[in-house]
Amino acid sequence: MFSGLDFEASSGNLLAVVGPNGSGKTSLLRLIAGLLVPAGGAVGLEGGEAELTLPEQSHYLGHRDALKPALSVLENLSFWRDFLGGTAGDLGQCLAAVGLSHATHLPAGYLSAGQRRRLSIARLLVARRPVWLLDEPTSALDTAGQELFTGLMRDHLAGGGILVAATHTPLGIDARELRMGGAT
Amino acid sequence: MTALSALIRRDIRIALRVGGGALIGVLFFLTVTVLMPFAIGPDLALLTRLGPAILWLGALLASLLTLDRLFTADHEDGSLDLIVMGRAPLELACAAKALAHWLAAGVPLIVATPVLGLLLNLDATATSAVALTLLVGTPALTFTGMIGAALAVTLHRGGLLLAVLVLPLSIPVLIFGVAASQAAISGDLPFGTPFSILCALSLVSLVVGPFAAAASLRHGLD
Repeated sequence: MFSGLDFEASSGNLLAVVGPNGSGKTSLLRLIAGLLVPAGGAVGLEGGEAELTLPEQSHYLGHRDALKPALSVLENLSFWRDFLGGTAGDLGQCLAAVGLSHATHLPAGYLSAGQRRRLSIARLLVARRPVWLLDEPTSALDTAGQELFTGLMRDHLAGGGILVAATHTPLGIDARELRMGGAT
Repeated sequence: MTALSALIRRDIRIALRVGGGALIGVLFFLTVTVLMPFAIGPDLALLTRLGPAILWLGALLASLLTLDRLFTADHEDGSLDLIVMGRAPLELACAAKALAHWLAAGVPLIVATPVLGLLLNLDATATSAVALTLLVGTPALTFTGMIGAALAVTLHRGGLLLAVLVLPLSIPVLIFGVAASQAAISGDLPFGTPFSILCALSLVSLVVGPFAAAASLRHGLD
Protein backbone atom coordinates (compact mmCIF):
# COMPACT_ATOMS: atom_id res chain seq x y z
CA MET A 1 0.00 0.00 0.00
CA PHE A 2 2.67 2.51 1.04
CA SER A 3 6.27 2.37 2.21
CA GLY A 4 9.05 4.64 3.36
CA LEU A 5 6.64 6.63 5.51
CA ASP A 6 8.16 8.43 8.48
CA PHE A 7 6.18 10.95 10.48
CA GLU A 8 5.43 12.19 13.95
CA ALA A 9 2.59 14.00 15.60
CA SER A 10 3.14 15.86 18.82
CA SER A 11 1.04 16.93 21.75
CA GLY A 12 -1.20 19.87 20.99
CA ASN A 13 -0.81 19.49 17.24
CA LEU A 14 -3.00 18.39 14.39
CA LEU A 15 -1.47 16.16 11.75
CA ALA A 16 -3.55 16.31 8.59
CA VAL A 17 -3.14 13.29 6.34
CA VAL A 18 -3.94 14.43 2.82
CA GLY A 19 -3.77 12.76 -0.55
CA PRO A 20 -5.93 11.55 -3.41
CA ASN A 21 -8.48 8.75 -3.07
CA GLY A 22 -6.85 5.38 -2.71
CA SER A 23 -3.54 6.76 -1.48
CA GLY A 24 -3.81 4.90 1.83
CA LYS A 25 -5.07 7.52 4.27
CA THR A 26 -7.62 5.23 5.85
CA SER A 27 -5.15 2.33 5.90
CA LEU A 28 -2.63 4.53 7.70
CA LEU A 29 -5.18 5.49 10.36
CA ARG A 30 -6.29 1.88 10.80
CA LEU A 31 -2.64 0.89 11.09
CA ILE A 32 -2.12 3.44 13.88
CA ALA A 33 -5.30 2.17 15.51
CA GLY A 34 -3.86 -1.35 15.52
CA LEU A 35 -6.56 -2.68 13.21
CA LEU A 36 -4.08 -3.45 10.44
CA VAL A 37 -0.73 -5.10 10.97
CA PRO A 38 2.18 -3.29 9.28
CA ALA A 39 4.36 -5.41 7.00
CA GLY A 40 7.33 -3.55 8.49
CA GLY A 41 7.99 -0.68 10.83
CA ALA A 42 6.28 0.40 14.00
CA VAL A 43 4.04 3.05 15.48
CA GLY A 44 4.39 4.11 19.07
CA LEU A 45 3.31 6.69 21.61
CA GLU A 46 5.86 8.41 23.81
CA GLY A 47 4.89 9.65 27.21
CA GLY A 48 1.51 7.98 27.42
CA GLU A 49 0.45 5.56 30.12
CA ALA A 50 3.10 2.89 30.10
CA GLU A 51 0.79 -0.10 30.60
CA LEU A 52 -1.51 0.75 27.73
CA THR A 53 -0.86 0.27 24.03
CA LEU A 54 -1.36 3.07 21.52
CA PRO A 55 -4.75 1.74 20.30
CA GLU A 56 -5.95 1.56 23.88
CA GLN A 57 -5.19 5.25 24.28
CA SER A 58 -6.79 6.30 21.00
CA HIS A 59 -10.22 7.19 19.77
CA TYR A 60 -10.94 6.03 16.24
CA LEU A 61 -13.65 7.79 14.28
CA GLY A 62 -14.03 5.85 11.05
CA HIS A 63 -16.40 5.86 8.12
CA ARG A 64 -18.78 3.63 9.98
CA ASP A 65 -20.57 5.17 12.91
CA ALA A 66 -20.56 2.24 15.36
CA LEU A 67 -24.17 2.97 16.27
CA LYS A 68 -26.95 0.46 16.83
CA PRO A 69 -30.16 1.54 15.08
CA ALA A 70 -32.32 -0.37 17.60
CA LEU A 71 -30.92 1.51 20.61
CA SER A 72 -31.73 5.08 21.52
CA VAL A 73 -29.20 7.90 21.23
CA LEU A 74 -28.64 7.86 24.98
CA GLU A 75 -28.31 4.05 25.15
CA ASN A 76 -25.74 4.08 22.35
CA LEU A 77 -23.69 6.75 24.05
CA SER A 78 -23.91 5.27 27.53
CA PHE A 79 -22.81 1.89 26.17
CA TRP A 80 -19.68 3.42 24.66
CA ARG A 81 -19.04 5.36 27.85
CA ASP A 82 -19.14 2.16 29.90
CA PHE A 83 -17.24 0.07 27.36
CA LEU A 84 -14.48 2.62 26.84
CA GLY A 85 -14.17 3.15 30.59
CA GLY A 86 -15.21 6.78 30.40
CA THR A 87 -15.95 8.88 33.43
CA ALA A 88 -18.25 11.46 31.89
CA GLY A 89 -21.02 11.70 34.45
CA ASP A 90 -23.42 13.78 32.47
CA LEU A 91 -24.14 12.37 29.03
CA GLY A 92 -26.68 15.12 28.40
CA GLN A 93 -23.82 17.60 28.46
CA CYS A 94 -21.88 15.60 25.85
CA LEU A 95 -24.97 15.41 23.65
CA ALA A 96 -25.54 19.13 24.06
CA ALA A 97 -21.95 19.72 22.97
CA VAL A 98 -22.73 18.12 19.61
CA GLY A 99 -26.20 19.63 19.34
CA LEU A 100 -28.24 16.47 19.92
CA SER A 101 -29.83 17.23 23.28
CA HIS A 102 -33.32 17.28 21.71
CA ALA A 103 -33.04 13.70 20.42
CA THR A 104 -31.80 11.71 23.42
CA HIS A 105 -34.58 9.12 23.41
CA LEU A 106 -34.90 8.72 19.66
CA PRO A 107 -33.70 5.38 18.26
CA ALA A 108 -30.41 5.94 16.44
CA GLY A 109 -31.96 4.36 13.35
CA TYR A 110 -34.12 7.47 12.87
CA LEU A 111 -31.18 9.89 12.81
CA SER A 112 -29.99 11.54 9.62
CA ALA A 113 -26.45 10.98 8.36
CA GLY A 114 -25.29 14.25 9.87
CA GLN A 115 -26.90 13.49 13.22
CA ARG A 116 -25.32 10.03 13.27
CA ARG A 117 -21.94 11.64 12.71
CA ARG A 118 -22.62 14.09 15.56
CA LEU A 119 -23.49 11.19 17.82
CA SER A 120 -20.27 9.37 16.97
CA ILE A 121 -18.37 12.59 17.67
CA ALA A 122 -20.04 12.67 21.09
CA ARG A 123 -18.38 9.29 21.69
CA LEU A 124 -15.00 11.06 21.62
CA LEU A 125 -16.13 13.19 24.54
CA VAL A 126 -17.44 10.53 26.93
CA ALA A 127 -14.07 8.88 27.53
CA ARG A 128 -10.74 10.67 27.66
CA ARG A 129 -8.16 9.50 25.15
CA PRO A 130 -5.02 11.49 24.34
CA VAL A 131 -4.96 10.48 20.67
CA TRP A 132 -7.84 11.02 18.26
CA LEU A 133 -7.68 9.27 14.91
CA LEU A 134 -10.23 10.85 12.61
CA ASP A 135 -11.12 9.54 9.17
CA GLU A 136 -12.99 12.18 7.14
CA PRO A 137 -14.52 13.50 10.36
CA THR A 138 -16.55 16.29 8.80
CA SER A 139 -18.25 14.29 6.06
CA ALA A 140 -22.04 14.63 6.28
CA LEU A 141 -21.75 17.51 8.77
CA ASP A 142 -23.41 20.85 7.98
CA THR A 143 -21.54 24.15 8.35
CA ALA A 144 -22.68 24.63 11.93
CA GLY A 145 -21.66 21.08 12.74
CA GLN A 146 -18.22 21.59 11.21
CA GLU A 147 -17.67 24.74 13.28
CA LEU A 148 -18.83 22.93 16.38
CA PHE A 149 -16.44 20.07 15.67
CA THR A 150 -13.57 22.49 15.03
CA GLY A 151 -14.24 23.92 18.50
CA LEU A 152 -14.12 20.43 20.04
CA MET A 153 -10.85 19.66 18.24
CA ARG A 154 -9.36 22.96 19.49
CA ASP A 155 -10.35 22.03 23.06
CA HIS A 156 -8.74 18.63 22.66
CA LEU A 157 -5.51 20.15 21.34
CA ALA A 158 -5.51 22.79 24.06
CA GLY A 159 -5.70 19.95 26.58
CA GLY A 160 -2.46 18.52 25.16
CA GLY A 161 -4.09 15.95 22.90
CA ILE A 162 -2.86 14.65 19.57
CA LEU A 163 -5.02 14.70 16.46
CA VAL A 164 -4.41 12.71 13.31
CA ALA A 165 -7.05 13.39 10.69
CA ALA A 166 -7.41 12.11 7.15
CA THR A 167 -9.24 14.80 5.28
CA HIS A 168 -9.98 16.45 1.96
CA THR A 169 -11.41 19.67 3.35
CA PRO A 170 -9.48 22.08 5.58
CA LEU A 171 -10.47 21.60 9.22
CA GLY A 172 -10.00 25.23 10.20
CA ILE A 173 -7.01 24.53 12.42
CA ASP A 174 -3.34 25.07 11.64
CA ALA A 175 -2.00 21.66 10.77
CA ARG A 176 1.15 19.90 9.74
CA GLU A 177 0.50 18.05 6.54
CA LEU A 178 1.41 14.49 5.75
CA ARG A 179 0.99 14.12 2.02
CA MET A 180 0.40 10.60 0.80
CA GLY A 181 1.43 9.76 -2.78
CA GLY A 182 -0.92 8.90 -5.59
CA ALA A 183 -2.18 5.39 -6.16
CA THR A 184 0.59 3.30 -7.63
CA MET B 1 -15.78 -5.46 34.35
CA THR B 2 -17.99 -2.45 33.58
CA ALA B 3 -16.98 -2.75 29.94
CA LEU B 4 -17.93 -6.42 29.74
CA SER B 5 -21.23 -6.07 31.56
CA ALA B 6 -22.07 -3.09 29.34
CA LEU B 7 -21.37 -5.28 26.30
CA ILE B 8 -23.57 -8.09 27.62
CA ARG B 9 -26.41 -5.72 28.48
CA ARG B 10 -26.23 -4.02 25.09
CA ASP B 11 -26.25 -7.29 23.12
CA ILE B 12 -29.18 -8.69 25.07
CA ARG B 13 -31.10 -5.45 24.68
CA ILE B 14 -30.54 -5.41 20.91
CA ALA B 15 -31.51 -9.07 20.62
CA LEU B 16 -34.78 -8.49 22.43
CA ARG B 17 -35.79 -5.41 20.44
CA VAL B 18 -37.82 -5.69 17.25
CA GLY B 19 -35.76 -7.36 14.54
CA GLY B 20 -33.13 -8.37 17.06
CA GLY B 21 -33.20 -12.04 16.27
CA ALA B 22 -33.63 -13.60 19.72
CA LEU B 23 -37.02 -15.01 18.69
CA ILE B 24 -35.91 -16.31 15.29
CA GLY B 25 -34.15 -19.30 16.84
CA VAL B 26 -37.13 -20.26 19.01
CA LEU B 27 -39.54 -19.89 16.12
CA PHE B 28 -37.37 -22.12 13.94
CA PHE B 29 -37.10 -24.67 16.77
CA LEU B 30 -40.87 -24.57 17.14
CA THR B 31 -41.43 -25.04 13.40
CA VAL B 32 -39.12 -28.03 13.11
CA THR B 33 -40.59 -29.76 16.14
CA VAL B 34 -44.20 -29.05 15.27
CA LEU B 35 -43.80 -30.37 11.72
CA MET B 36 -41.98 -33.53 12.77
CA PRO B 37 -45.03 -35.47 14.10
CA PHE B 38 -46.86 -34.72 10.87
CA ALA B 39 -43.97 -36.08 8.84
CA ILE B 40 -43.40 -39.18 10.96
CA GLY B 41 -47.04 -40.04 11.53
CA PRO B 42 -49.14 -40.81 14.59
CA ASP B 43 -46.96 -43.66 15.89
CA LEU B 44 -46.60 -42.58 19.53
CA ALA B 45 -43.95 -45.13 20.45
CA LEU B 46 -41.79 -44.07 17.52
CA LEU B 47 -42.21 -40.39 18.40
CA THR B 48 -41.13 -41.07 21.97
CA ARG B 49 -38.06 -42.91 20.75
CA LEU B 50 -37.10 -40.17 18.29
CA GLY B 51 -38.16 -37.27 20.52
CA PRO B 52 -34.82 -36.43 22.19
CA ALA B 53 -32.98 -36.63 18.87
CA ILE B 54 -35.52 -34.34 17.19
CA LEU B 55 -35.35 -31.80 20.00
CA TRP B 56 -31.56 -31.81 19.97
CA LEU B 57 -31.40 -31.50 16.19
CA GLY B 58 -33.89 -28.62 16.24
CA ALA B 59 -31.94 -26.81 18.95
CA LEU B 60 -28.63 -27.35 17.13
CA LEU B 61 -29.94 -25.95 13.84
CA ALA B 62 -31.73 -23.10 15.59
CA SER B 63 -28.54 -22.02 17.34
CA LEU B 64 -26.62 -22.19 14.03
CA LEU B 65 -29.25 -20.00 12.43
CA THR B 66 -28.67 -17.08 14.77
CA LEU B 67 -24.91 -17.42 15.23
CA ASP B 68 -23.82 -15.78 11.99
CA ARG B 69 -24.98 -12.38 13.26
CA LEU B 70 -22.78 -12.65 16.36
CA PHE B 71 -19.91 -10.60 14.94
CA THR B 72 -21.19 -9.58 11.49
CA ALA B 73 -23.58 -6.96 12.83
CA ASP B 74 -20.81 -5.33 14.85
CA HIS B 75 -18.43 -5.54 11.92
CA GLU B 76 -20.85 -3.87 9.52
CA ASP B 77 -21.48 -0.83 11.69
CA GLY B 78 -17.86 -0.44 12.83
CA SER B 79 -18.42 -1.34 16.49
CA LEU B 80 -16.11 -4.33 16.15
CA ASP B 81 -13.14 -2.04 15.37
CA LEU B 82 -13.71 -0.22 18.63
CA ILE B 83 -14.18 -3.45 20.56
CA VAL B 84 -10.86 -4.76 19.19
CA MET B 85 -9.16 -1.47 20.13
CA GLY B 86 -10.76 -1.38 23.57
CA ARG B 87 -9.00 -1.81 26.89
CA ALA B 88 -11.01 -4.91 27.78
CA PRO B 89 -9.09 -8.00 26.56
CA LEU B 90 -10.58 -9.18 23.28
CA GLU B 91 -10.84 -12.76 24.58
CA LEU B 92 -13.08 -11.61 27.43
CA ALA B 93 -15.08 -9.38 25.10
CA CYS B 94 -15.68 -12.42 22.84
CA ALA B 95 -16.73 -14.49 25.84
CA ALA B 96 -19.09 -11.71 26.92
CA LYS B 97 -20.66 -11.56 23.48
CA ALA B 98 -21.10 -15.34 23.38
CA LEU B 99 -22.62 -15.31 26.86
CA ALA B 100 -25.06 -12.58 25.84
CA HIS B 101 -25.93 -14.55 22.71
CA TRP B 102 -26.54 -17.69 24.75
CA LEU B 103 -28.73 -15.82 27.24
CA ALA B 104 -30.79 -14.20 24.50
CA ALA B 105 -30.97 -17.03 21.97
CA GLY B 106 -29.98 -20.25 23.80
CA VAL B 107 -31.99 -20.02 27.01
CA PRO B 108 -35.32 -19.53 25.17
CA LEU B 109 -34.69 -22.85 23.39
CA ILE B 110 -34.34 -24.61 26.74
CA VAL B 111 -37.45 -22.89 28.09
CA ALA B 112 -39.42 -24.00 25.03
CA THR B 113 -38.34 -27.64 25.37
CA PRO B 114 -41.03 -28.76 27.90
CA VAL B 115 -43.79 -27.43 25.65
CA LEU B 116 -42.34 -29.03 22.55
CA GLY B 117 -41.78 -32.30 24.42
CA LEU B 118 -45.55 -32.66 24.70
CA LEU B 119 -45.84 -32.69 20.92
CA LEU B 120 -43.38 -35.58 20.75
CA ASN B 121 -45.13 -37.66 23.41
CA LEU B 122 -42.29 -37.29 25.92
CA ASP B 123 -43.16 -37.73 29.59
CA ALA B 124 -41.93 -35.45 32.36
CA THR B 125 -38.74 -37.43 33.01
CA ALA B 126 -37.75 -37.50 29.36
CA THR B 127 -38.51 -33.82 28.85
CA SER B 128 -36.52 -32.77 31.86
CA ALA B 129 -33.64 -35.00 30.74
CA VAL B 130 -33.61 -33.30 27.33
CA ALA B 131 -33.91 -29.85 28.91
CA LEU B 132 -31.06 -30.61 31.28
CA THR B 133 -28.77 -31.86 28.51
CA LEU B 134 -29.66 -28.82 26.41
CA LEU B 135 -28.87 -26.55 29.33
CA VAL B 136 -25.43 -28.11 29.60
CA GLY B 137 -24.85 -28.60 25.88
CA THR B 138 -26.04 -25.37 24.22
CA PRO B 139 -23.19 -23.27 25.69
CA ALA B 140 -20.83 -25.60 23.83
CA LEU B 141 -22.75 -24.97 20.61
CA THR B 142 -22.58 -21.20 21.12
CA PHE B 143 -18.91 -21.06 22.08
CA THR B 144 -17.70 -23.36 19.30
CA GLY B 145 -20.02 -21.60 16.86
CA MET B 146 -18.40 -18.33 17.86
CA ILE B 147 -15.13 -19.55 16.33
CA GLY B 148 -16.85 -20.03 12.99
CA ALA B 149 -18.62 -16.68 13.32
CA ALA B 150 -15.28 -14.96 13.93
CA LEU B 151 -13.69 -16.68 10.93
CA ALA B 152 -16.54 -15.74 8.62
CA VAL B 153 -16.93 -12.20 9.94
CA THR B 154 -15.62 -10.29 6.94
CA LEU B 155 -17.51 -12.40 4.42
CA HIS B 156 -20.84 -11.21 3.19
CA ARG B 157 -23.39 -13.97 3.41
CA GLY B 158 -21.02 -16.07 5.44
CA GLY B 159 -23.90 -18.01 7.01
CA LEU B 160 -23.44 -21.12 4.91
CA LEU B 161 -19.69 -21.15 5.42
CA LEU B 162 -20.33 -20.79 9.13
CA ALA B 163 -22.54 -23.87 9.10
CA VAL B 164 -19.92 -25.88 7.22
CA LEU B 165 -17.18 -24.78 9.62
CA VAL B 166 -19.14 -25.28 12.79
CA LEU B 167 -21.08 -28.47 12.13
CA PRO B 168 -18.09 -30.84 12.54
CA LEU B 169 -17.31 -29.21 15.88
CA SER B 170 -20.87 -29.61 17.09
CA ILE B 171 -21.24 -33.30 16.17
CA PRO B 172 -19.71 -34.55 19.46
CA VAL B 173 -22.06 -32.31 21.41
CA LEU B 174 -25.01 -33.71 19.49
CA ILE B 175 -23.91 -37.32 20.01
CA PHE B 176 -23.39 -37.04 23.74
CA GLY B 177 -26.40 -34.79 24.24
CA VAL B 178 -28.74 -37.30 22.63
CA ALA B 179 -26.95 -40.25 24.28
CA ALA B 180 -27.38 -38.74 27.74
CA SER B 181 -31.07 -38.02 27.11
CA GLN B 182 -31.68 -41.56 25.80
CA ALA B 183 -29.87 -43.02 28.78
CA ALA B 184 -32.07 -41.04 31.19
CA ILE B 185 -35.20 -42.23 29.39
CA SER B 186 -34.49 -45.92 28.82
CA GLY B 187 -32.48 -46.50 31.95
CA ASP B 188 -30.45 -49.33 30.36
CA LEU B 189 -27.26 -47.32 30.24
CA PRO B 190 -25.74 -45.10 32.92
CA PHE B 191 -26.72 -41.45 32.53
CA GLY B 192 -23.58 -40.11 34.17
CA THR B 193 -21.03 -41.13 31.54
CA PRO B 194 -22.38 -39.30 28.47
CA PHE B 195 -23.55 -36.44 30.65
CA SER B 196 -20.07 -35.92 32.11
CA ILE B 197 -18.55 -35.94 28.64
CA LEU B 198 -21.15 -33.37 27.54
CA CYS B 199 -20.19 -31.16 30.52
CA ALA B 200 -16.52 -31.59 29.60
CA LEU B 201 -17.20 -30.56 25.98
CA SER B 202 -18.94 -27.43 27.23
CA LEU B 203 -16.12 -26.53 29.59
CA VAL B 204 -13.47 -27.05 26.91
CA SER B 205 -15.38 -24.86 24.46
CA LEU B 206 -15.79 -22.15 27.12
CA VAL B 207 -12.00 -21.96 27.32
CA VAL B 208 -10.98 -22.57 23.71
CA GLY B 209 -13.77 -20.62 21.98
CA PRO B 210 -12.93 -17.08 23.19
CA PHE B 211 -9.20 -17.48 22.49
CA ALA B 212 -9.72 -18.90 19.00
CA ALA B 213 -12.34 -16.29 18.14
CA ALA B 214 -10.20 -13.41 19.41
CA ALA B 215 -7.16 -14.63 17.47
CA SER B 216 -9.24 -14.94 14.34
CA LEU B 217 -10.73 -11.46 14.78
CA ARG B 218 -7.31 -9.87 15.30
CA HIS B 219 -5.98 -11.27 12.06
CA GLY B 220 -9.13 -11.23 10.01
CA LEU B 221 -10.17 -7.58 10.10
CA ASP B 222 -9.72 -5.73 6.84
